[in-house]
Amino acid sequence: MPHIALPEGLPGISAGFAFRPETARPMRELAHILLHQPNSLTPGERELIATYVSSENDCYFCQTSHGAAAACHLGNAETVKQVKTDFLNAPISPKLKALLAIAAKVQKGGRSVTAEDVAAARRQGATDHEIHDTVLIAAAFCMYNRYVDGLDTWQPRDESMYAEMGRHLAESGYLKPSR
Amino acid sequence: MPHIALPEGLPGIRGAMAFRPETAKPLNELVEVLLHNPGTLSEGERELIATYVSYLNDCHYCQSIHGAIAAAHLNGDEELVRRVKADFQHAAIPDKLKALLVIVAKVQKGGRSVTTEDVAAARRLGATDHEIHDTVLIAAAFCMYNRYVDGLDTIQPHDEAMYRERGKAVAREGYVAISKTYLPAEPVAR
Repeated sequence: MPHIALPEGLPGISAGFAFRPETARPMRELAHILLHQPNSLTPGERELIATYVSSENDCYFCQTSHGAAAACHLGNAETVKQVKTDFLNAPISPKLKALLAIAAKVQKGGRSVTAEDVAAARRQGATDHEIHDTVLIAAAFCMYNRYVDGLDTWQPRDESMYAEMGRHLAESGYLKPSR
Repeated sequence: MPHIALPEGLPGIRGAMAFRPETAKPLNELVEVLLHNPGTLSEGERELIATYVSYLNDCHYCQSIHGAIAAAHLNGDEELVRRVKADFQHAAIPDKLKALLVIVAKVQKGGRSVTTEDVAAARRLGATDHEIHDTVLIAAAFCMYNRYVDGLDTIQPHDEAMYRERGKAVAREGYVAISKTYLPAEPVAR
């Protein structure tokens, strides 16, 4: 049972969004810009960052739905699992590994990010824009994850539901509810 | 020195927002709804929540500026802001706000730390579902804003007078209106 009376039948963050549309609008827009709009990091790479942070924060709904969106973009669910358990040995670019190292630091706290972490990403070709967005994606999922778990939202164990949600997110983005 | 080349002369989150105006827009709109729009919790109470979570996250810029905005809403009572950060259980604030700050501290650690008992305690002191929702979201949102500000290693001056003056201006004008002074003008639709 959620901590407050959320609309029934809506899983995870969609219940929080339906409860309070005024805050849902900027939160949806932020996710859409960070994860879905065209950028030099692919949507698949950005969804992997979101999935990894959500996994570090132990948020079932977010890591499963964004993991499904990442798998849809990448056409590969195995890579998503590897990134969550051991990204340094996952089949992803050295640049994305360096950015995930920054995301891991941001998850612990902003002050954990060192000049050396950033220099390492830059050596692998990361731009200031990509470093900025990596920090903000990681920070934003420290919000979304806490919102979803802090209200104790309904987080069904239903793989087909997440697969469908992942497809919707990968195709249409974050501005509108999937159902 | 910030980790990336941020526009100069803009401290804290303003430098980051001016670097990426596209994300600045929803970031400012969210904080406007949570902290500045009319609500059953006063602006001062909501700014105290933002200040407290920023203090727990050890973000100098955010706790200083939101502490100053809180004080501006609370008749300039900077001592009360200090008391809330140091020991809110003994600060001169309503019991309901104390119960909400207990929830805030749990959210700061992680969303799953919030218990049914924490929420029931707030409800016994009169907190509504809407207030509990916004408390959770303010705490969660500042776990984002704080990480954004510190994760980019933005410029964070140690200058109480600067925060005091800025705090009064933000308390008066709100976040979206004042953002127009440091964000590039939006392109005119054609």
